[in-house]
Amino acid sequence: MSAPVLDVTDLRVRIGNREIVGGVSLSVAREQTLGIVGESGSGKSMTALAATGLLDAPGAVVTGSAVLAGTPQTQLVGASARVLRGVHGGRIGFVFQDPGTSLNPLLTLERQITESLEAHRGSTRRGARSRALELLEAVGLPDPSARLHSYPHQLSGGQRQRVMIAIALACDPELLIADEPTTALDVTTQAQIIDLVRELQRDFGTAVVWISHDLGVIGQVADQVTVLQAGEAVEQAPVLDVFDHPRQPYTRELLDARPLIGADGPPPVEEAPVLLDVAGLDVTFTAETPRGRSDVRAVQDLSFRIRRGTTLGLVGESGSGKSTVAAALTALVRPAAGTATLDGIDVADRSMRRRISMVFQDPFSSLNPRRTVAAAIAEPLRVHRLADGKRGRAARVGELLELVGLTPEFASRYPHELSGGQRQRVSIARAVAVEPDLLILDESTASLDVSVQDRVLDLLAELQRELGLTYLFIAHDLAVVQRMSHDVLVLRDGRAVEYRSAAELFAHPDADYTRALLAAVPPARPRGAGAA
Amino acid sequence: MNQRVSPWKLLLTNPITALSAAVLVVVAVIVVGAGALAPYGINDIDVPNALQGPGLTHWFGTDELGRDVLSRVLVAIQASMRIAVISVTFAAVVGVAIGLLAGYRGGWLDSVLMRVVDVMFAFPVLLLALAIVAILGPGVTTTTLAIGIVFTPIFARVARASTLSVRTEPYVAVSRTMGTGDGYILGHHVLPNISGPLIVQTSLSLAFATLSEAALSFLGLGIQPPQPSLGRMIFDSQGFVTMAWWMAVFPGAAIFVIVLAFNLLGDGLRDVLDPKQRTLIEARRAGRGR
Repeated sequence: MSAPVLDVTDLRVRIGNREIVGGVSLSVAREQTLGIVGESGSGKSMTALAATGLLDAPGAVVTGSAVLAGTPQTQLVGASARVLRGVHGGRIGFVFQDPGTSLNPLLTLERQITESLEAHRGSTRRGARSRALELLEAVGLPDPSARLHSYPHQLSGGQRQRVMIAIALACDPELLIADEPTTALDVTTQAQIIDLVRELQRDFGTAVVWISHDLGVIGQVADQVTVLQAGEAVEQAPVLDVFDHPRQPYTRELLDARPLIGADGPPPVEEAPVLLDVAGLDVTFTAETPRGRSDVRAVQDLSFRIRRGTTLGLVGESGSGKSTVAAALTALVRPAAGTATLDGIDVADRSMRRRISMVFQDPFSSLNPRRTVAAAIAEPLRVHRLADGKRGRAARVGELLELVGLTPEFASRYPHELSGGQRQRVSIARAVAVEPDLLILDESTASLDVSVQDRVLDLLAELQRELGLTYLFIAHDLAVVQRMSHDVLVLRDGRAVEYRSAAELFAHPDADYTRALLAAVPPARPRGAGAA
Repeated sequence: MNQRVSPWKLLLTNPITALSAAVLVVVAVIVVGAGALAPYGINDIDVPNALQGPGLTHWFGTDELGRDVLSRVLVAIQASMRIAVISVTFAAVVGVAIGLLAGYRGGWLDSVLMRVVDVMFAFPVLLLALAIVAILGPGVTTTTLAIGIVFTPIFARVARASTLSVRTEPYVAVSRTMGTGDGYILGHHVLPNISGPLIVQTSLSLAFATLSEAALSFLGLGIQPPQPSLGRMIFDSQGFVTMAWWMAVFPGAAIFVIVLAFNLLGDGLRDVLDPKQRTLIEARRAGRGR
């Protein structure tokens, strides 16, 4: 093995009297990828940022050593701002999670790519531009010469992340830090980005540090894996060893939490009456474009039924219209045509607000930051006068908290004091407070860590069994859908591509698109393991 | 760990905020009891003792007619504060109502309301005061009305801007899917989440209203003599600055201290009313205790 490009020894980060990162050592060599895996709050990003001198937290104290090899060899811990400026962008490239906010919305792609070239390489305007063109081509952006003059808002999420990678690689850095680069993307886009980074790594010989909460993704990219738990590296081994012989129970837990194709579905439900009947649903939005108004057909001629006590998995990528379906069912938007009825009553009827409830994707913004957990859960009870007075409501809130696996002490807390998983449990408690017939879960576990997602999915399955709930389960991840659903509807560009029982669909996918979605789910074995 | 401290107690843990709160308590006492606190009558003319420096009999000295400056400052603070509080309350209630409605409803109502607000905003306070003086004549009502009207658009804009961003928050959508009415959403979701900027705006406005009142009285449009006002007292002191500095300094200092206290209190309030900041302050306190 060649000499490491980045060699980190005994890295510690303290904020106040708390140690966030406790003595992590790791190294990554040329053309190698180091995967850092752990749950939120395990110190993954903190480790990578501290090791590269990019940590910008007030009062954080970094000790230890992080040496970037090459000419000149550079100690990054405690380096001066001047030294770091020369290193960042020039010798270390960064790709972050949110492609929506890490590009400057006011600059063209050309400006953003050439910025670091001109700063670090002293390239001329013309030289930088031809390099930018090369890079956009290398990251597989269609029609790169026209794209040079585009602004970030004209690109999709996946395209933006490609541009971020182009920017990171502009100066041919020795090291690329990728911090959850695919977490905000659809599975198919994720698979493309993973392939892209591997390909570029081969061509450029870059060393990569890839941070993710998902061992499935790490298995696809990494050669070496470091498992972080509470700021400590609990396991460090080649990727095959981590997958085949995990030494730590925590690693085992992360492995088991991965959503995998082939999981058992929910127990079958015999002969249940149809609860929700959607026929010929059409939703149209009016979009203002520079060329005038145009109609966007978000959902077209969609029909499906959900039987009482079963789950329909609604699958599709961003922009496929899945959330529009949810909005139509909760009367947040009005359909242009078609009907949607629950037990024969139109879903726009006011009585339906009690019988259909919804859990949203983002556990951070779907709870009012200024209200306690108790107030959030009690809101539907108040609106629908479901409990007697203050005391009745408090008792019911306690029951609901226990139902979702939280203790009654959570009632007096505020959302910011909870973890993502706990917040989502609160959202679920709020949604089931009205004892709804239909619960719509709109990507409700997509922004959670895999291990937390696993436990929340267990909770949802348990609630369905106990309360006889009917779910519309909206997700982009087929593995998760398989685990939850009796029937599956695949949606693309507002149209149903495939609509069948889950067992049939996963055994014999009909549509090419369904097969593409299935292929994009990270497989159980890491990439290096071959076909075994 | 979950032993909650009330926001009001936390407010006082910040020494600067506590000091401004103490100053404002003193101001409140003055507002309530200026008449009883004043050692002399505000118009007790005592020409033989005119232009005396601060001393034991007259703490803040006397003016050119021998009137006690302390007594006049106390009564002037009372009048000033009354105008500031009434006008800002008016501006806040009307402005927030307009802003909430415009931001929450959107559409043509938003356009109409905000254009009206723009027109109001474009009016200079002095010109507006002059116009009202032309109708009502100079006095306390005129000043209150002018300041109230001028400050309304500021509240409307702050409320509208915050409402626009809160309205699209997922927790509002969640609430809608539950069939919650607009009133409940406005009262329980929107208003608490826009209260931070509004409280800061209120304390800033109280500070500026105090200043505006002083300016209007200085120009003779506000409180009329023989009633004392801080602005008028400074105006009257102009001819005597070189021989009787106390005539200008004490009313000036009163304005300065009140304005500063309102400003600082606003910052402290914003921090303790935000649950996130509150946890941070609590954590910091706990850390210090350990």
